[in-house]
Amino acid sequence: MSDEKIVTEEAEALVASEQTEAPAADGGKKQKKPPLSKEEKKILWQARWSRWKAWVYLLPAIVILGIFTVWPIINTVRISFMGQWTTEGGSTWWEGYSYSAALNPNTHYVFGFNNFSSVVSDIDFVTCLTNTLLLTVITVPISTMLALLIAVALNSIKPLRKVFQTIFFLPYVTNSIAIGMVFAAMFQMVWPNPTGEPMSVGIINTIIEAFGGTRINWMNQGSSHFANMVVLVIYIVWNALPFKILVLLGGLQSVNKQYYDAAKVDGTSRFRTFWRITVPLLSPMIAYVVITGFIGGFKEYTSIVGIFGEKMGPVGNDWSLDTMVGYIYKSMGVSEGKAGAAALILFVIIFAVTMVNLYVSKKKVHY
Amino acid sequence: MKVVLQNLTKIFPSRNKKDKNAEVVAVNDFNLEIPDGKLIGLLGPSGCGKSTTLFMISGLQTPTSGKIFFGDDDVTKLAPENRGIGLVFQNYALYPHMTVQQNILFPLQNLKGENRLSKEEMLKRAAEVAKLVQIDEYMNRKPSELSGGQQQRVAIARALVKMPRVLLLDEPLSNLDARLRLQTREEIRRIQRDTQITTIFVTHDQEEAMSISDFIVVMKLGVIMQTGKPQWVYDDPANLFVAKFLGAPPINMFSGKVEGGKLYIGEEAVLNADGVEDQEVYVGIRPEGFILSREGKLTCAVSGIDVMGRDISIVSTNAASLNPVVRSIISADEMSKIDGSVAKFDLKQHKVFIFNKETEQRIYFGEQIAAHEAMLAEMEAEGQAYASNQGPLPREADDKAKADAPVALDKGKFAKVKDCFKGLAAKCRRKKAPAAEEEAPVSEAEPNDTAEPSEVDHE
Repeated sequence: MSDEKIVTEEAEALVASEQTEAPAADGGKKQKKPPLSKEEKKILWQARWSRWKAWVYLLPAIVILGIFTVWPIINTVRISFMGQWTTEGGSTWWEGYSYSAALNPNTHYVFGFNNFSSVVSDIDFVTCLTNTLLLTVITVPISTMLALLIAVALNSIKPLRKVFQTIFFLPYVTNSIAIGMVFAAMFQMVWPNPTGEPMSVGIINTIIEAFGGTRINWMNQGSSHFANMVVLVIYIVWNALPFKILVLLGGLQSVNKQYYDAAKVDGTSRFRTFWRITVPLLSPMIAYVVITGFIGGFKEYTSIVGIFGEKMGPVGNDWSLDTMVGYIYKSMGVSEGKAGAAALILFVIIFAVTMVNLYVSKKKVHY
Repeated sequence: MKVVLQNLTKIFPSRNKKDKNAEVVAVNDFNLEIPDGKLIGLLGPSGCGKSTTLFMISGLQTPTSGKIFFGDDDVTKLAPENRGIGLVFQNYALYPHMTVQQNILFPLQNLKGENRLSKEEMLKRAAEVAKLVQIDEYMNRKPSELSGGQQQRVAIARALVKMPRVLLLDEPLSNLDARLRLQTREEIRRIQRDTQITTIFVTHDQEEAMSISDFIVVMKLGVIMQTGKPQWVYDDPANLFVAKFLGAPPINMFSGKVEGGKLYIGEEAVLNADGVEDQEVYVGIRPEGFILSREGKLTCAVSGIDVMGRDISIVSTNAASLNPVVRSIISADEMSKIDGSVAKFDLKQHKVFIFNKETEQRIYFGEQIAAHEAMLAEMEAEGQAYASNQGPLPREADDKAKADAPVALDKGKFAKVKDCFKGLAAKCRRKKAPAAEEEAPVSEAEPNDTAEPSEVDHE
């Protein structure tokens, strides 16, 4: 080891001398450097290699990240400000950047905020934003609370714990489109058509009827927005549970059991133990779960496609359940500039909410 | 509150329920009466069941059989919160997210019904107890902002605030550094004296137990070895285990024999042992039991002298000694009596204990018989029951095998194969190492095991 070190030190001195001598040579002194011996050359290359080694090893990752992550992000920002004014028949309007138009050599793009204003003034955007906010604000607290209760319950039972853990974890390893289709089947209800063909009723309505209720149109033609949202909330909560349970259960298992023994000796009720000991000790995990939950909630998309199809709504009421990501995707068809602007807006919202979360958790979370 | 433990037994079942041999008897038929208002130390090596006993008294663990009484109440089946105990855990278990004050208030806030205190009363009680343990300046700090000793005192305050009938401390000082440990154990003593709460604490440190307990209980493998005042137990050990466990520096053990009313160590008759049957014995001599004398009966070869100021410690060797060295502590003035490298000792009879080689039980001889009886009488007068293990001592399946076990485990099959590849030098080193330090060379060799192949890779 020490030999190697000496070698590198020698070599660095060599490299340094090489660098300092270079300008002197340019200065016209023409002092000829003595040719390096084979040994010296070898040491020199070793030194160069040890200097650049780390970067060479990192190169593949840097290249891949640069192409697929860094550049797209920069490009999104660039495109979102890009567009052109088009004049036709006496009126002038803004057209956002689009790839197909960019191929036209006569197109000259200018920079401006018009992509953003066109997104914000879009009535569809308002619908999407409301849907996204509603779904997030409703599902995150519900799924966190449920996950906490289930984690505590799982942690307190010994037999069958693994079995339950597996059952609760299943949604995590299942494709959400596939689960969405299963949910769609469960909430299905098709009215008897005029010819008297047999109708299709999902298991949820079957259960409701078994308990003497009337079947509800959850998600078919003519269903109410409220019913659609209920289905979505149930689906999203159920889908979000496994990850949260996993994190919280892990947190619970790392809590020192002596706190509970101490609480037991002090005669603490279960309720108080939960609120005064379990929740505060788990608070870092809870904060993590809530923050990631909010981020995930704002990116909700596949679940709706899974249940309601690509049109993001029940038949006859297309796009009524569209979300931010859906809006971005849809905008791509109009112009990439508009989609980029919408994506940036979504980013700003997520960033702001996360900051608020972090701020709150700094005050409430005990690390 | 008097605490009585009756035939207390705790058996941890083996993982494989059918395998009866694998179950662990942590506490075995434990009988003890703890007088009111005393500080009791449960003392023993790790794994002797002392913590299990404590947790059974606290109610966190249920005994397999036997009964626990607090005063006249049978609390065996009572839940921990109904026993009126305060428990201080080894690592304190202070709630990290609460301030000191909230931690201390926590048990009070749990009280329900008529026991419930008003908010002012709670704060007053918390302030009182904080003052008692001298942490009243830190009421608004979090546990992480306190030193180990302060955390310890907060834990005691939390245990004391609900005025428990019995205070239980589980190795309360093991997480503190040496200086703090001395300080804190005085503190515990003071708090106990002030509050007069019956206190039971668990420790494996004999010095700690001796210094603050009114009464110590020495345990081995779940069985009481001896109980009594610390000084008595030290002066009058009932068996080999107790004699060896108490005392620092440890007692010097010799193998010897009694023949014709004389006690022999090696070939030297060191003391009169009238009335003791001829037999092989273990002889234990406390380090302070030696008197340097030119005509001394026990001859040892001096290998070193540690000067400790007022006293000196003579490190010597004797063929009959069971320890690597014989350590004797004598006054520094006597040093001149050492002739060259030979030290001759007379022995103080009351510092020499002999034990039957089979049962390892104490054999009293000479003045010791009277002294022992006087102690028993005194103990009875004070109303303390004397307990000592009279039957055969519980023994590890094979003490020696156990001592070797870590070495055997470390090696394993794989390591043995590696050993074959090792150079001759390593083998020689191991052979040269003294038997007592057998573990050391192996652990030294361990890193080599992993290092060697990687070196080969480089080449």
